[in-house]
Amino acid sequence: MEQAVHDRGGWPADEPIDRSEHELADWELLTDAIVGALGESGAMNVDELRRGIEGMSPAEYEHASYYERWLYSVETILTEKGVLAPGEVDRRLAG
Amino acid sequence: MSYRVGQRVRVAARPHDGHHRTPGYVKGKTGRVERAHRSFANPETRAYGRDGLPEQPLYLVAFAYDDVWPGESRHGSDRICVDIFEHWLEETA
Repeated sequence: MEQAVHDRGGWPADEPIDRSEHELADWELLTDAIVGALGESGAMNVDELRRGIEGMSPAEYEHASYYERWLYSVETILTEKGVLAPGEVDRRLAG
Repeated sequence: MSYRVGQRVRVAARPHDGHHRTPGYVKGKTGRVERAHRSFANPETRAYGRDGLPEQPLYLVAFAYDDVWPGESRHGSDRICVDIFEHWLEETA
């Protein structure tokens, strides 16, 4: 059975899993808070968050960090729901 | 809850496009019900903007390590426990 890139339990790995703890950057803490607030407000739930992550292309998924995947999904799902206009985040960052 | 603690169950091996919480590595594998949690909103519909109702019964199912990933004898009697919704489980002898 073909398994998507997120469904990787048991796949071979080139090196051991890095289990070390690391400090979270401010943007990572903020991302966590945003996802929590979106859930509380009913704008977006955790299953949608996961679905958005699972919809990433394998190449994007592999290159993204944990919270980068969250951000990708938030933008995808909120755009899908019309909360964000397509390209709105990029335009605001550029402006 | 259709299954009892201790009952042997097989995880459906059916393909499923779209979001679901059943890991590929246990599909088609047989385990034992370790705990009958309760019912929860169904993530398979909730992931697409719906309310996830009706709620679906959720179980903790334990698999022998060797049944999931055979040939790694160093894991001895280790078990792998996974939360699995009832509609992914099948009765087995």
